[in-house]
Amino acid sequence: MVPLAHILALSAILFGLGAAGFLVRRNIITIFMCIELMLNAVNLAFIGFARFLGSLDGQVFAFFVIVVAAAEAAVGLAIIIAVYRNRGSLSIEDFDSMKL
Amino acid sequence: MAALFYILAAVAILAALCVVLQRTPVYSALALIVVLCSLAVVYLLLGAEFLAVVQVIIYAGAIMVLFVLVIMLLNARQETPLDRSRLARWLGAPLLAVFLGEVCFAVWQRYPVKATAAAVIDGGPRAIGALLFRSYVLPFEVTSILILVAVLGAVVLAKKQP
Repeated sequence: MVPLAHILALSAILFGLGAAGFLVRRNIITIFMCIELMLNAVNLAFIGFARFLGSLDGQVFAFFVIVVAAAEAAVGLAIIIAVYRNRGSLSIEDFDSMKL
Repeated sequence: MAALFYILAAVAILAALCVVLQRTPVYSALALIVVLCSLAVVYLLLGAEFLAVVQVIIYAGAIMVLFVLVIMLLNARQETPLDRSRLARWLGAPLLAVFLGEVCFAVWQRYPVKATAAAVIDGGPRAIGALLFRSYVLPFEVTSILILVAVLGAVVLAKKQP
């Protein structure tokens, strides 16, 4: 059986990679995919804890996270389409109209 | 079982690196699908059968199709490299490694490797559904409102402005 520490370590590594990609990448769609990667890392931690505490509540939480991620993807991609229509670009360097 | 987990973990980490390092969005999306599918098998190993299937159907199916569709629709090409500050270039990767090492160390101290698992749990649709419709009825209904709002919002946002 895989120890809980290794599952949590995998979760932390995936979350760290997602966070790094969020900060490094310049394409807004790739940034959005890095957010999905972080959400999946959190789901893995939830399911690992559910397995090791012998309770299904963690799995139900992971289910809610998946549902919220689906809603977030729909709204976020709609925002990306609207922004692209206005700016004609996908680079976050061009999305600076709220900058002081 | 354990060997399969470590193989899948390696695949997931390599694919996640690919997601982060690729400059072309469509390659990132394909690598992300690999991450999602290998995580689905990990869920299966951890006794979450229902969530493994949901992961493949909703994440790798619906959400990633939406992503690839938008990438094609907007014709997202390779992003242009940016001249970052020299400090970020030299300190970024080491600081990320330090952060990950710190998290892994904290986890390792709090949850020792010898910790034993509880009794095998049943993560099938029947058990999840019973819990969802008994203990978590209110969050479930709120989620349905959230999805309704998301659908309306997506239509309004993506609509062509008059």
